[in-house]
Amino acid sequence: MDVSRRGFLKISGATLAASGIGISLKPVSAYAQPLKIQYAKETTTVCPYCSVGCSIIVSVRNGKVVNTEGDPDSPINKGSLCSKGGSIYQMAVNENRLTKPLYRAPNATEWKEVEWEWALERIAHLTKQSRDKSFKFRNDKGEVVNRTEGIASVGSAAMDLEECFTYQKFLRGLGLVYIEHQARI
Amino acid sequence: MTNHWVDFKNSDVILIMGSNPASNHPVSFKWIQEAIDKRGAKLICVDPRFTQSAAKSHLYAPLRSGTDIAFLGGMIKYILDNNLYFEEYVKQYTNASFLVNPAFKLPGDNKGVFSGMKDGKYDKATWTYQAGGGGVISKDPTLRNPNCVFQLLKKQYARYTPEVVSKITGTPQDKLLEVYKLYASTGKPDRAGVELYAMGWTQHTVGVQNIRAMCIIQLLLGNMGVAGGGVAAMRGESNVQGSTDHGLLFHIWPGYLSTPKASLTTLKDYNEKETPTTKEAKSLNWWKNKPKYVASFLRSTYGKGVSLDEAYALMPKIDDGSNLSWLQIFDQMYKGKFTGFFAWGMNPACSGAHSNKVRQALGKLDWMVNVNLFDNETGSFWRGPGMDPKTIKTEVFMLPCASSVEKEGSIANSSRLQQWRYKAVNPPGEALPDGDIMSEIFFKVKALYEKEGGPLKEAVTQLTWPYGTKTAAGHFHYEPRMVAAEINGFFLEDKKLENPTKKGEFKEFKKGDLVPTFAWLQDDGSTSSGCWVYCGSVTGDKGILPMRRVTKDPTGLGLCPEWAWSWPVNRRIIYNGASVDPTGKPWDPKRAVITWNGEKWVGDVPDGAGDPGSGRPPFIMKPDGVASLFGPGLADGPFPEHYEPLECPVEKNLLSPQKNNPAIKRFDKTGVGSDLDKYSGVDSCDPRFPFICSTYRISEHWQTGVLTRWCPWLAEMQPELWVEISQELAKERGFKNGERVVVKSARGEVEAVAIVTPRFKPFDIDGTTIHEVGIPWHFGWITSADRKYADGDKKPEVFTRGDAANLLTPTIGDANTMIPESKAFMVNVVKRG
Repeated sequence: MDVSRRGFLKISGATLAASGIGISLKPVSAYAQPLKIQYAKETTTVCPYCSVGCSIIVSVRNGKVVNTEGDPDSPINKGSLCSKGGSIYQMAVNENRLTKPLYRAPNATEWKEVEWEWALERIAHLTKQSRDKSFKFRNDKGEVVNRTEGIASVGSAAMDLEECFTYQKFLRGLGLVYIEHQARI
Repeated sequence: MTNHWVDFKNSDVILIMGSNPASNHPVSFKWIQEAIDKRGAKLICVDPRFTQSAAKSHLYAPLRSGTDIAFLGGMIKYILDNNLYFEEYVKQYTNASFLVNPAFKLPGDNKGVFSGMKDGKYDKATWTYQAGGGGVISKDPTLRNPNCVFQLLKKQYARYTPEVVSKITGTPQDKLLEVYKLYASTGKPDRAGVELYAMGWTQHTVGVQNIRAMCIIQLLLGNMGVAGGGVAAMRGESNVQGSTDHGLLFHIWPGYLSTPKASLTTLKDYNEKETPTTKEAKSLNWWKNKPKYVASFLRSTYGKGVSLDEAYALMPKIDDGSNLSWLQIFDQMYKGKFTGFFAWGMNPACSGAHSNKVRQALGKLDWMVNVNLFDNETGSFWRGPGMDPKTIKTEVFMLPCASSVEKEGSIANSSRLQQWRYKAVNPPGEALPDGDIMSEIFFKVKALYEKEGGPLKEAVTQLTWPYGTKTAAGHFHYEPRMVAAEINGFFLEDKKLENPTKKGEFKEFKKGDLVPTFAWLQDDGSTSSGCWVYCGSVTGDKGILPMRRVTKDPTGLGLCPEWAWSWPVNRRIIYNGASVDPTGKPWDPKRAVITWNGEKWVGDVPDGAGDPGSGRPPFIMKPDGVASLFGPGLADGPFPEHYEPLECPVEKNLLSPQKNNPAIKRFDKTGVGSDLDKYSGVDSCDPRFPFICSTYRISEHWQTGVLTRWCPWLAEMQPELWVEISQELAKERGFKNGERVVVKSARGEVEAVAIVTPRFKPFDIDGTTIHEVGIPWHFGWITSADRKYADGDKKPEVFTRGDAANLLTPTIGDANTMIPESKAFMVNVVKRG
């Protein structure tokens, strides 16, 4: 959701005026602020790190994140962020992000870049193979269990709620029972 | 969390114990500080280390890691001895008056264990209540009967005298009493106290009982359900509340519905066995609705194409009594039980206790899929320290996914607040949102089953997946808004229903309508809901409520009911029915969470409060309607009892002959774990590992550092693993501040910088000096300078140094949750050889 620029600058100005540093930073801020996020489109997000749920404004220009900062409208953080929340910019703008699927063949000594289609086909094939091989209709007592014993999954609190729901559906649909994630550790 | 972050501002006394929010939930401190500045609130910090939170507190008390129950048991005794409990609240809203089976025995009368212990497991036959005519629980409203819960509680903690507690915890007696006195001051109706915990309480063999002990205190003081009260579980990940809600754990389906056991052959069996009943006439027993949530979940999984009974049959079942949790997974993996493994958005090679075992286990797989933003120690485990890639057969896929600003969707913070995030930019390169990736794999697997068949293929092929569209290029574009609606739930047919909260009023729904709240969900298959607690989050007229950004705060308590959406039913303080007396008057009118205006409750969404004077007990999620001072549901006792950590620096438990929690699963026993499951100092102290060690977190990194070690600003601020050591220990062993040392446990070792500080002080434990050290767990070898970088490898802008602290931690878990005991284990610290 867009935050109105006017409302946003008004709040930043008020914060500065109240900062009580002796000299007025107002003209400088009035100049510096627009430069940094000029012509930028703003969206809001929530910090992906701890569980406080601080809101963050993300400014984007020409498809690139140019600035991230605390969202003053949030009743939780009212614009504040910690060291991690203040560094979200570097998660989006980071040349070390993985950009291609990587594959490591059995006993290989290095990664190889592969195409998505190939990787996904191969994963689907292996998933089916493992499921078929380890699927158990009944346990030792003869009770119906309909489960896949040869695949386990861990993750993920790092996903969105919708993805978590979909992921558990995917796993349980495959018959997995060894399903765990960060909440257990 | 029972309450919410902003609510800290409404507290009079804030107890930080088992956490360090100043470092690990820094922005929460805004509200702690506000309570201090505006209300004159007092802040207490109890921690083995003088943390950043301790530095901001009015009162700091040190305690030895793993002795929290002794400390809190002493507080329970203090509250009871000095009549500081909130009598009416205790009588009306807890099970204090319930009469317990006379055959039940407390550890003080039974060699340190509760009655029923046999071969490491409790038979709970005596952990029951006496019942009168019609099965109604017998009670003594005067609380004088020696078998009533209140008297048993008194008896249980009579042993926890300040003298004994101080000898166990190492906390000076005067500090103990100062903390007890200050916190117990919140037992008055016009005072509120909140407790803030995190992994400092969960990562113990007695983790659940640590929290239970505090819940008992909060109930005695009448602090549950009130503004400024509650127990705040401050979770470590932005959406770990949500991922738990959605059942990414072996034992629960979404919405805390138990995973079906093999003995529950049919849906009817499941509903009969899993749905609680009560004989208490006025208890609402909300979980009686469970069959509606189960049916709606099954519908969201398989749709109307299969019957509810068939859908139940298709779902995987676990064997009765089996535990398939984290430690078990890696144990089984190490033993070669799995061929395939998904590590989705996780880095178990650093986050798993005994990471050496985890890393070895990964090499036993045929294949592994790791989805992450950056290269990490799990995906690249085969080329980690001590590994010979040529001998490791595991086929590995490392798939690049979108970050939180590169897709849209929602997350739930610690206070169950669901907030929406928007997409700002495209993911880099070919990275894809997780939803797209799992959809693609699903459709490919489904196609294989349709083409080739396979065991119970319907379980896969009948799964519904209306979560997006195929693009022209054939790629599946996952649409989170459609999933949000599915999680909320739909009417699957036209239906005329009586309003569950207004008798005689009927409402008509059309097929495809969103279900307004979970009270409208049905058990006949006419509704769907992916996770019943989220029902009400998406509405026909107002859309996706987690998108709301209205900051109005009508009560002035910071509830801000139109900022996003909170489960359940947008309630911000759960158990708030206990914030009013039985006649409906708020215990504290100045902090009224809910108020009866003559016709209805206003303020927060009421929880469990019937009409004033109705006599309905407010803890409606408990079958008997009241909160449990006596909690017979747990694996290791109805009351918390102090046991030493499995690895500990003392010869005996000063409270009883039972040294460790008798109900824990020991992986070192024959036929249980593996050759790698080693402990030290279990039966008696092990001089090879003389110091207590606890892992902890810091502000600049997150979890294993899987994201933050790749962010140069953060890596620059905290570039290296350290071990924090007291000045006294440094002097004794000749360590200099800043020198590199080696920390060793029975399982592994890490190199770290010795940080010598006055923040740790030696403990005087029953006359013996005992040292504790601490180590942050955010590091891993992948971002270090001294590893080999192949062509094409990503290379961090700022290198870090040091490997995972979890190389040291033990494979021993809590008796209930199996969360590993990473907060109290034994190590040695030596100079680098």
